[in-house]
Amino acid sequence: MTQSLLEVTDLNVSFGEEDERHHVVKDVGFHIGRGECYGLIGESGCGKTTVLRAIAGLNSDYDGSILLDAQKQPKARRGAGFLRRVQMVFQDPYASLHPRKMVDKVLREPLQIHGFDRQRQRIDEVLVQVGLDPSFRYRYPHELSGGQRQRVVVARALIMEPEILLLDEPTSALDVSVQAEILNLLTRVQRERGLTYLLVSHDMAVIAHVCQRIGMMQHGRIIEEMTSEAVRNGQAQKQYTREFLDASAAFAAALEGDAT
Amino acid sequence: MTEPLLEVENLRIRFAGNRTGRDAVRGVSFRVGREKLGIVGESGSGKSQTGRALLKLTPRSAQVTATRMRFRGEDLLTASERRMREIRGRSISMILQDPKFSLNPLMKVGEQIVEAYRVHHQADQKTARERALKMLEAVHIRDAERVFSLLPHEVSGGMGQRIMIAMMLIPEPDIIIADEPTSALDVTVRRQVLCVLNELVEARDTGLILISHDLNLVASFCDRILVMYSGRVLEEIEASNLRNARHPYTRALLDSLPRLDRHVDPLRVPQRDPSWLDGPVFGPEEGS
Amino acid sequence: MDDMHQHGFRGWLAAPVPASAAQARAQQIWLGCKRFAANRSALAGLVFLLLLVIVAWLAPLIAPYNPFQQSLSARLTPPSAAHWFGTDELGRDILSRIIYGTRITLYIAVLTAGIVAPVGLIVGTIAGYFGGWIDLVLMRIVDVFLAFPSLILALAFVTALGPGIENAVIALSLAAWPPIARLARAETLTIRKSDYVAAMRMQGASHLRIIWSDVIPMCLPSVVVRVTLNMAIVILTAAGLGFLGLGAQPPSPEWGAMLSTGREFMMNAWWVAAMPGIAILLTSLAVNLAGDGLRDVLDPRHD
Repeated sequence: MTQSLLEVTDLNVSFGEEDERHHVVKDVGFHIGRGECYGLIGESGCGKTTVLRAIAGLNSDYDGSILLDAQKQPKARRGAGFLRRVQMVFQDPYASLHPRKMVDKVLREPLQIHGFDRQRQRIDEVLVQVGLDPSFRYRYPHELSGGQRQRVVVARALIMEPEILLLDEPTSALDVSVQAEILNLLTRVQRERGLTYLLVSHDMAVIAHVCQRIGMMQHGRIIEEMTSEAVRNGQAQKQYTREFLDASAAFAAALEGDAT
Repeated sequence: MTEPLLEVENLRIRFAGNRTGRDAVRGVSFRVGREKLGIVGESGSGKSQTGRALLKLTPRSAQVTATRMRFRGEDLLTASERRMREIRGRSISMILQDPKFSLNPLMKVGEQIVEAYRVHHQADQKTARERALKMLEAVHIRDAERVFSLLPHEVSGGMGQRIMIAMMLIPEPDIIIADEPTSALDVTVRRQVLCVLNELVEARDTGLILISHDLNLVASFCDRILVMYSGRVLEEIEASNLRNARHPYTRALLDSLPRLDRHVDPLRVPQRDPSWLDGPVFGPEEGS
Repeated sequence: MDDMHQHGFRGWLAAPVPASAAQARAQQIWLGCKRFAANRSALAGLVFLLLLVIVAWLAPLIAPYNPFQQSLSARLTPPSAAHWFGTDELGRDILSRIIYGTRITLYIAVLTAGIVAPVGLIVGTIAGYFGGWIDLVLMRIVDVFLAFPSLILALAFVTALGPGIENAVIALSLAAWPPIARLARAETLTIRKSDYVAAMRMQGASHLRIIWSDVIPMCLPSVVVRVTLNMAIVILTAAGLGFLGLGAQPPSPEWGAMLSTGREFMMNAWWVAAMPGIAILLTSLAVNLAGDGLRDVLDPRHD
């Protein structure tokens, strides 16, 4: 394996006060190579989103180290250098877009903060890339459908031309009919820009569609790492992973009859 | 199908002053017996309004008409508000999206379950309490005694929704309408909550109408599925037979899902066809 | 429908795809206005307030007499064709005085709102956003102010600062900002946990930028509504201060002061007290109605 772009070692996160301290993430470690898509999957409360937020710097209360290009990141506020390279797509496009900000402003703000040139042009380009007409720039979120909003959220993450996208359940709040659009968008953009993804999801089919390597999480630990090939072939070492795969496969079987 | 509990024929819901010029629900018909019926549709397809209309809980601006809407032979369209109050909860109960808004924030959750039971059943405080505790255990709440005396804000979303299920099931209704019962929950508690619901519904032989936007979820929990689009049921199909769905919309939805057994790239994106608005619909019997 | 696009300003407002930020904003404002106008009582309140502004602005042209001109021979004349609202104990025309008094009332109300809204907003959002000891300190200060009834607080300050309109405004503002700060803080607490704030942090936005561009716009509607609703109380308290002789000083035609002097003649010349009283009542009512309508337009949760 070549040098990894993003590396997490011995990550531990706890929440709560002294007495009722919940240890949510326990000794999590993984690495992602450049251009690779890594998936974290598990049931709710297994700590996968917490891992993502710790990496993003949205929760500075963790132990362990997060390395970008072998550089350890400070726990307190992430620097501008980090944020230009690592961006995040949130779960719920209804909650992650400011209700009173036009698309134009949503996309312009990061450019202003980091002093980019050609702002107008960049906004048009990124809108086209996420499959929205540039005329969308003067719309408010409430004038957009769920799928269009999520495209704007992706555009916001892409506009600073990052190398890594952290994806937190990017399709679970959307209608089924829109899920495919967003997944296609994400895989296309990944290919075009050679991005590195860290995808968190509860849906094995979604994870296997996007990622090459998958970490199965349970009770705050990564219990098993697999390739998506292994997942498709149902090759899992741990009992828990097998159960999880069976549940997902049961649905596929319902659709396909005896396709296996 | 088992004997029908609820029969709906040609249900229409029209909102005063809507802009699309199309009614929210246009001629929906179905029957539910002691089985699990799923209603799937995107936002705005009219699935929730259909569920509400069954209990006459549509907003006042809505005008509901139907050639027939019967519960165990009793006409719901002409039933008085007083009679409806008896039916709601006792015979047909409803589980809503977010337990935060459906539980009384100032009352212990246990007391609320007790009350739900006592509204419809003659029972003294002690037996009602025992039943409530048993019900809490039935929805897989460990340490039911402790949870009994918690206030709604002290329980998590998943537990709150299980408490709601306990509350809705304790009067032993014939039919439960669950409108997106899990979409306010974290995506992975959903399965757990639905398992609980499924278990209870099967054990008590209660009819279930599960309304959801999630085809995955409905397909894995229900016996029969109604696919709604723009106020109409485009296809009615046995869940086990979903792979043979014939309506292009249902097909498009199925084809758009990422697959675990093989890699499809890019995924097919459903294209909407205006002819679906008034085109043919597919029932379960004809054809196959 | 097609020719709608060509029809100048209206078409520009109704265009399905806005072509500039200004147009998009104008469309939103237009929609808001339409919703506001649909609320009849709010519209009535707003019209009355606009009327007041015009009256205040054109007072010298509208007022039939000089509000300070005394005429002892015509003292305490009841309402008549010559003096619609009658005259007071010094023979001054009450209608003219009320018309000039509009200026003072509006001056007090606008100035108080102009001080209270920004102060409350800034203190509240900063306390809510940063939390911790900043929140603790700011909120204890707010508590101290809230511990006194607003009129008492205003009275204390006016006594300390000396009577006069400017001092009354300062005193009223001091009494009115704490509830606004509380409100802004409560709103901020929910806003700061939202995903869109997390997204801004992910983009490297400074705390100041987040407060300014994300938190304040979300707090603004409820603060604006609260301030408008408070305006009625401010007008009444200002009148109260005037009534107690601590606000505007004679011969200034402030409504509260007029009401106060009218009190002596209540038994035989009711109009001296009643006319300014009605003016205060109507203005407070109009502000309340308009504020209520504003809430419906600005606050999407209040459906």
